[in-house]
Amino acid sequence: MNLFLLLLVELQEATLLVWRAVRHPFRRPLYWRETVVQMDTIGFGTLPIVLLAGFFIGAVLALQTAGTLRSFGAQNYTGRLVATSLLRELGPVLTCILLAGRSGSGIAAELGAMCVSEQIDAMRALGTDPFRKLVRPRLIALMTMAPILTIFANVIGIVGGLVVAITFLQIPSSVYLASAREALNYDDLWGMFLKTGVFGLIVAIVGCRCGLRTRGGTVGVGQSTTTSVVVSIVLILVSDFFLTRLILTLSGTA
Amino acid sequence: MGEYAIEFQDVHLSFGTQKVLDGISFGVYPGETKIVMGGSGTGKSTVLKLVLGLLKPDSGRIFVDNEDITDFSESQLTVMRQKIGMVFQEGALFDSLSVYENVGYRLFERGADEEEIEETVRRMLRFVNLEDAINKMPAELSGGMRRRVGIARALVGNPKIILYDEPTAGLDPPTARTICELAIKLRDLEGVSSLFVTHRIQDALTLADHHATIGDNGEVVIVKNPRGQTETATTFLMLRHGKVLLEGDADTFWNSTDPYIRTFLELD
Ligand SMILES: Nc1ncnc2c1ncn2[C@@H]1O[C@H](COP(=O)(O)OP(=O)(O)O)[C@@H](O)[C@H]1O
Ligand SMILES: [Mg+2]
Repeated sequence: MNLFLLLLVELQEATLLVWRAVRHPFRRPLYWRETVVQMDTIGFGTLPIVLLAGFFIGAVLALQTAGTLRSFGAQNYTGRLVATSLLRELGPVLTCILLAGRSGSGIAAELGAMCVSEQIDAMRALGTDPFRKLVRPRLIALMTMAPILTIFANVIGIVGGLVVAITFLQIPSSVYLASAREALNYDDLWGMFLKTGVFGLIVAIVGCRCGLRTRGGTVGVGQSTTTSVVVSIVLILVSDFFLTRLILTLSGTA
Repeated sequence: MGEYAIEFQDVHLSFGTQKVLDGISFGVYPGETKIVMGGSGTGKSTVLKLVLGLLKPDSGRIFVDNEDITDFSESQLTVMRQKIGMVFQEGALFDSLSVYENVGYRLFERGADEEEIEETVRRMLRFVNLEDAINKMPAELSGGMRRRVGIARALVGNPKIILYDEPTAGLDPPTARTICELAIKLRDLEGVSSLFVTHRIQDALTLADHHATIGDNGEVVIVKNPRGQTETATTFLMLRHGKVLLEGDADTFWNSTDPYIRTFLELD
């Protein structure tokens, strides 16, 4: 009961956080500079690891599935299987888990440190709304960077699969690529955008909320950082299930 | 109300089950510096945050510059906060910004032009005697310098009220003295009203026994008040267990017979 209540309170706080960040969208100052800086640090900062992880996930997917497909005489479909898996599941989930680990934790740590050193109070005392100056740019940056990074992960993942297909599986690149192209369809694409948008939102909300509620000095900052990563990843995985269900229903494939 | 710059009327505040303020009432006259004393965790910082509206009381009223701010919305508070400068406990400088950007923060946010910002920042830094540090980052500054930059930042916009949260804690005596002298100058020459939180009795002595005047050559001098004549612009507020233990001028404070205050003053 107590836990349930706590959950409700957190949900309310998170909703309030988003509301305070997005209301008055045109009131000056607009904090464009902060938004661009966040997009840059989150986008370019996470890109290398997203590319690396994407490549190997695509490669291992091809490696794992080719055997099974071959036993059905369907190994020419390897490209399609890799692309679909990436587009629907692995791309969005993997990218956003990496975002949670790298950017969400960074946000929690930064805001947490600002909180315990009274910089957030100082900001408010100087007439700045921290929800607009700190939360909103991170919200925008994560919600735009999550889909973009996912696209990068998907593309490089397909390339990873291609490399494996050519070198280990003796599948001609033209066959692999043609099959991969078949996987591209409108439903999976908007599904991917929906998922990554929601995941980006989750990482941003959890990171900011964990950071801004930090108490208890440097120890508190460490705790906030850990909590933000764990909570974001759990929420991403749980919401992924329900989002998949929703997308399948809406696209009529369920 | 009507004549105070800051007034608390029976203010209560609890964090969860912990009662921090249990019916606090006091007033600060315009031009007055009230020294707030009390042990650690008695809610001194909380009082300052209530003045700024960073926290809301559970009950009671708070007036700032004759306005009842208790039920102000966040945007009304933003306007009200322009009248107040706050010097935070450890300075609370923005780590990612240079000294220049920290001090000029209010002006940058307002979108003032570069010339005005530069001019104001230099003037404020000159006041705290730190003009050389203008391009440094907060991490490069010593504790005393951070507090002084914090004071310079609080002074931008010429606030009528300044709140100091233990500005001298953890500083060596000469640096602490410098900071007290800044507060004296602001009190006597600019006429600001202040809450000055400290637990160093030395600060109280400095603030109560000195005043600032303009010397013969137009320079600012801090002079010791003649014997037996205490500066009436300095008063005291002692908090204990969430209540006001004593409020009054310096003499009331020094002559108090309360055993707790006497141990605080190191008289016993
Ligand atoms: N945001 C908060 N949440 C919970 N407890 C708090 C909060 N701020 C202060 N407190 C508690 O209130 C008490 C008074 O704090 P504070 O005003 O900082 O004391 P002081 O400045 O006099 O040392 C402390 O016991 C502190 O633990
Ligand atoms: Mg304090």
